[in-house]
Amino acid sequence: MADFTLRVNGNEKKVSVSPETPLLWVLRDTLELTGTKFGCGAGLCGACTVHVEGSAIRSCSTPVSQVAGKSVTTIEGLGANGLHVLQQAWIAEEVPQCGYCQTGQIMTAAALLAKTPNPSDEQITQAMNGNLCRCGTYERIRKAIRRAAGAGAAGGAR
Amino acid sequence: MNPLSRREFVAAGLAAGAGLVVGFYLPHLGRARKEVFSPNAYLRITPDNKVTIVVARSEMGQGVRTALPMILAEELEADWKQIEIEQAGASTLYGDQGTGGSASVKSTWDPMRKAGAAAREVLISAAALTWAVPRSSCVAENGTVVHSASQRRLSYGELVEKAATLPIPTDVPLKQNKDYKIVGQRLARVDTPSKVRGDAVFGIDFRTPEMKYAVLSRSPAIGGKVLSIDDKESKKIAGVSYVGKISDAAVAVVADSVWSAMEGRRMLNVSWDDGPNKDLNTAAVMESLKQAAAKKGASLYSAGDVSKVTGRRISAEYHLPFMAHAPMEPGNCTAAFRGSSCELWAPTQVPQDCRDQVAKALGLDPDQVKVNVTLMGGGFGRRLEYDYAVEAALVSKALVDSKVGGPVKVIWTREDDMRFSTYRPASLHQLSAVLDGAGWPVAFTHRIIAPSISGQKGQPGPNGVDPDLPDEAAFIYALPNVSLEYVPAETAVPLGWMRSVYALQAGFASESFIDELAAAAGKDPLEYRLHMLGKDQSIQFFDTTWRTARMRGVLQLAADKAGWKSTLPPGHFRGIACFGCFSSYAGEVVEISMENDVPRVHRVVAVVDCGQVVNPSILEQQIQGGIVFGLANALRAKITIEKGRVVQGNFDDYAPLRMEETPVVEVYAVPSTEPPTGIGEPSVPPLAPALCSAIYGATKKRIRALPILS
Repeated sequence: MADFTLRVNGNEKKVSVSPETPLLWVLRDTLELTGTKFGCGAGLCGACTVHVEGSAIRSCSTPVSQVAGKSVTTIEGLGANGLHVLQQAWIAEEVPQCGYCQTGQIMTAAALLAKTPNPSDEQITQAMNGNLCRCGTYERIRKAIRRAAGAGAAGGAR
Repeated sequence: MNPLSRREFVAAGLAAGAGLVVGFYLPHLGRARKEVFSPNAYLRITPDNKVTIVVARSEMGQGVRTALPMILAEELEADWKQIEIEQAGASTLYGDQGTGGSASVKSTWDPMRKAGAAAREVLISAAALTWAVPRSSCVAENGTVVHSASQRRLSYGELVEKAATLPIPTDVPLKQNKDYKIVGQRLARVDTPSKVRGDAVFGIDFRTPEMKYAVLSRSPAIGGKVLSIDDKESKKIAGVSYVGKISDAAVAVVADSVWSAMEGRRMLNVSWDDGPNKDLNTAAVMESLKQAAAKKGASLYSAGDVSKVTGRRISAEYHLPFMAHAPMEPGNCTAAFRGSSCELWAPTQVPQDCRDQVAKALGLDPDQVKVNVTLMGGGFGRRLEYDYAVEAALVSKALVDSKVGGPVKVIWTREDDMRFSTYRPASLHQLSAVLDGAGWPVAFTHRIIAPSISGQKGQPGPNGVDPDLPDEAAFIYALPNVSLEYVPAETAVPLGWMRSVYALQAGFASESFIDELAAAAGKDPLEYRLHMLGKDQSIQFFDTTWRTARMRGVLQLAADKAGWKSTLPPGHFRGIACFGCFSSYAGEVVEISMENDVPRVHRVVAVVDCGQVVNPSILEQQIQGGIVFGLANALRAKITIEKGRVVQGNFDDYAPLRMEETPVVEVYAVPSTEPPTGIGEPSVPPLAPALCSAIYGATKKRIRALPILS
């Protein structure tokens, strides 16, 4: 066990866990932020995607020790004031089916738009290809990202 | 909700002004004695004008929490904005709550409509009595009853007290399709915002005070057993509070976090007896199918006499592998054993099976087990099993018995989910046909050789015909001589119902073979099928009456929308297929090009005829999802067995489709006023044969085994 301080969604959080604990389980079990999902535990599906210092990372494969002192954004903190423009687009396009992977999809898309406000189709595919959706919502995900890009999502992700 | 009888509820409503509940009998509740008066309660209207509709099916992404209430709200003439949804747990009030077989809309269409209509009629009566005007001068609209002559209007909430005193009619008029205001609209799903915010509670997200977390070490070989446990290192992991055998084939590691439980399992040393299947492998399974094929099976359908037809005979064999559902949310369930009762929070398609099987495992009565149904991160049939619920209950009991805790959430890792699942059965298909001088088929034989899912679960069905086959193996072509036969085979590999079930196998083999026949006859595969469908005819397959004209309809519309006769860009090829299952018809055109011997699917046009469409947006989701699911199955879904163990473990060696591989999917529904039929599964079966037809066009190679990229 060791103590770590993270900045999660803008708030200082102190946790006492073993250093190799993946960030995913610290978020879900310790901090009770269950919007971040467990899908594969091996960085293959993207359901656990969160932002660390603004970059999308796989929290299931990132030991908490690596993010000590850093800024972590989860789906719960993505929209600083209400819903992020991507979340609004996701609702407008009725993207989710089962919905389990969608928070990870949105976090990946938010990191994309923060760097590339008007992505091409190829850039969308490249960015989103690591996020699996077993319900097959990819077409609507693409539409939602286009919609959000059109609405000016730049800077939406912290 | 409380299982109040209608009489009790009316009394309670009178006493407390609590509201109006409408219940009614479902046909399969025939056992309920009338004098007990224990109706199903799907609807609650309260004086605050809140309309609560209870959904007694499970939401796994297919939209039941929206679609089913839409059906009731339509007849109720409700204001959709005032509707609230309540998820039913396992109950005795709703008949069979199993969510599968694409049946939720189909099976609740009548009950939900009647519930809404009965309530509407009572509310109209209540208003007429309040105003002392003839009932016929009042109409229900948008959550109110209106007396147009006097321009008076009362909201449903205002009418509740009076309505609760009135008798509930049993025979009520139902609306005509042309008058629908809610059914048929692209209404937003009620579950979307929470899923986008991240606060939707899936089974894996549920928490209850004092809850611990468990992972299980299960026998790596199918049918193996625990020999001995060395938990010394496991118990050294901080947070691990319990390690113990919970069944012959599973050891639980319990901790105060999922990670500690996983680490505890990693350090656990279990010796296993690999049991009777230690030498089982995939080749042996496929060999056993070949051996079973020598046996005579049970007839599924017969027309004319295929044995007496002579002419040009063409034969082929097809086979398909085991496949895994692999929903994004791995298996999990939370249980709290409390001595003489147990409560479960289960992401399940079968709350009643969970209740009954947990009761059996714990030695309780079913009514001592409460099952709450959570959201599911996908089901696809995997959650038609109850294994996760029984496990969680047994672990909770072990914690209580050993005085180390109570409530516990059992979580499966992805590898657990992949290796300890139930699988779509592997199958072998023997087809033959006789063509006449012009190349048209005059006899068609399809022998399906596959282990029986229900048979393995102890319910083989009449003549050994798996009870699922009637929904999934129809041959909807009007040929004079047809023989469909099913030969059950045996396997130790655990079997389950996976999206479209046997229709995937039957459709792939049958439709691919028809493509072969068309090619052998030198005819266009669309024209060939249209000729085989002939003029409109009924084809009775078990309880379903199929119409060849409806299949023509989907096929022709798919061809028209895809521009079947139009010229494709160089290097592009099209394939077509159609199939009927779960009482719905689907036709698909797939457009591909080949890149380094791998098909790239550019576009899929999918047309369904599923009767009245309840929500076109949800329908589009289901069809697009079915195509993506079907494409993953076709390209590379394959579970193999070595030394009695499932080889695949995660999304690297069992890979669902990714965005870069996903085609544009255009979805069309044939306009229809027929009662609604299944939509979750029928888009899956035509995809693989249409794709393989396109590949044949590109390569002149026949693919007679899935997956394509094996």
